[in-house]
Amino acid sequence: MASGVKPRVKVPKSAEAGEVVTIKTLISHKMESGQRKDKDGNVIPRSIINRFTCDFNGQNVIDVDLFPAISTNPYFEFEATIPEAGDMKFTWYDDDGSVYEESKSITVG
Amino acid sequence: MEFTRRDTLAMGLGAAVLSMVPFRASAAVDAAVEAFTGGAEMATTGIELTAPEIAENGNTVPIAVNAPGATAIMVVAAGNPTPGVATFKFGPLSGSQSASTRIRLAGTQDVVAIAKMADGSFARAASTVKVTIGGCGG
Repeated sequence: MASGVKPRVKVPKSAEAGEVVTIKTLISHKMESGQRKDKDGNVIPRSIINRFTCDFNGQNVIDVDLFPAISTNPYFEFEATIPEAGDMKFTWYDDDGSVYEESKSITVG
Repeated sequence: MEFTRRDTLAMGLGAAVLSMVPFRASAAVDAAVEAFTGGAEMATTGIELTAPEIAENGNTVPIAVNAPGATAIMVVAAGNPTPGVATFKFGPLSGSQSASTRIRLAGTQDVVAIAKMADGSFARAASTVKVTIGGCGG
């Protein structure tokens, strides 16, 4: 597991049923592109998060494939429809097989 | 200014390398686009790509894509060592077919976004970004 990985998400605590809300996510990750070299001229191997998904009550909101051209500390902003109260689940998949998860509940009313 | 035989050879070689590099890059982009669209025709309307005209730091360039009615949007950067940037797939609960993120750009280049619409058609948008400091390190 890459060190110091910390997911942060910004989700409203409550919403009207059917409301479209804006979600912001950030995860601290160095996103080593595999293009850089260390001071001895050796290529630093690629180590990135290659997939990010967001689901609400098991239904998919967005599924993103990431490539090395995504900046350090990948940030995403997108919109989700909230049909009912429930949990929003965020998942990041690392190149090394690690999975980082974060969950936020949203109430309706 | 006089050119020696050695200078002339070096210049010819330099020109050959220069002309080959963009060709290789665009071939990789074409392959990526082909894999996504299957060679289908692309409309020029229906997708919006927001990117800065000038990015001081190529390490974090904010971009946003918006394509109402799309099921997926692919973003490629033609001038990067690997052209792929990200592919967004929108699920049933997505509030709008838009997203924004931050990307790396190796130098001044075109950023291209291609949307796959729900009816199977494709739309393309491109934007040129001038990069002052490249973002691929080295």
